[in-house]
Amino acid sequence: MFVRLSAAIAALSLLTGSALAQGAKPTDSQIAHIAYTAGVIDITAAKQAITKASNKDVKAFAEDMVRDHEAVNKQALDLVKKLKVTPEDNDTSKALSKQAADKLAELGKLKGADYDKAYVANEVAYHKAVNGALETQLIPSANNAELKSLLQTGLKIFQGHQQHAEHVAAGLK
Amino acid sequence: MWPGRTLLLLTALMLGAMAVPAHAATIQIVMENLVVSPAEASAKVGDTIEWINKDVFAHTATARNGDFDVTIAPKKTATSVLKKAGTVEYYCRFHPNMKAVLTIAP
Repeated sequence: MFVRLSAAIAALSLLTGSALAQGAKPTDSQIAHIAYTAGVIDITAAKQAITKASNKDVKAFAEDMVRDHEAVNKQALDLVKKLKVTPEDNDTSKALSKQAADKLAELGKLKGADYDKAYVANEVAYHKAVNGALETQLIPSANNAELKSLLQTGLKIFQGHQQHAEHVAAGLK
Repeated sequence: MWPGRTLLLLTALMLGAMAVPAHAATIQIVMENLVVSPAEASAKVGDTIEWINKDVFAHTATARNGDFDVTIAPKKTATSVLKKAGTVEYYCRFHPNMKAVLTIAP
């Protein structure tokens, strides 16, 4: 199957590539915003999948995504409140949101097995990109120890999501 | 000095207590940061397992052989009583990388 990488993934790759090349580290406020935005994107995609997916494994996967990403984002909100950090919107967050909205519209046009495959393929690619950004850019740049630790927990859980998505994708072929 | 009746009651309670412990141990298994510990635990039929979830994520303790399937809400503790002997591999259905083994003696 031909899998088109979503533009959101390209944005994350740009983040890891260009920002590192320039040596410009995102601040904790920006990191919090990027991580939260990335979570919201996956929750929105999963909610669409819960209503549209026809395969039960795909539906169950989407329910797992909503549960875990909402839990991580709630932790993130609690943490920024505690640290009195205001998440700061930035170009990476903006690019992610814009491109995720396009992807959502694109997926929204598909039906049945075509939708299931496209959603899961995008989840594999998206988690891969997010995990790459966390590992190489966001975690090393985070200054606050609690923020770093939350991102590390996030990475661990999202790596599990990536494996889960790959497993579901393999079952759809 | 203990009044006679109280002493009798205490004796009865102690005897009762001595008869029970072999069957009534409580074992704690903790899930924290997506890790189950201890990864290998031993228990007996009739023992109670206290599944303590310290994560913000819901977890399950799901036996691969179908003997038990417990869901533990975030930051909560669930209990279950072991009914069958055996070496049971279990995992979390939501986070399948969380795996552990429970050896249950008859």
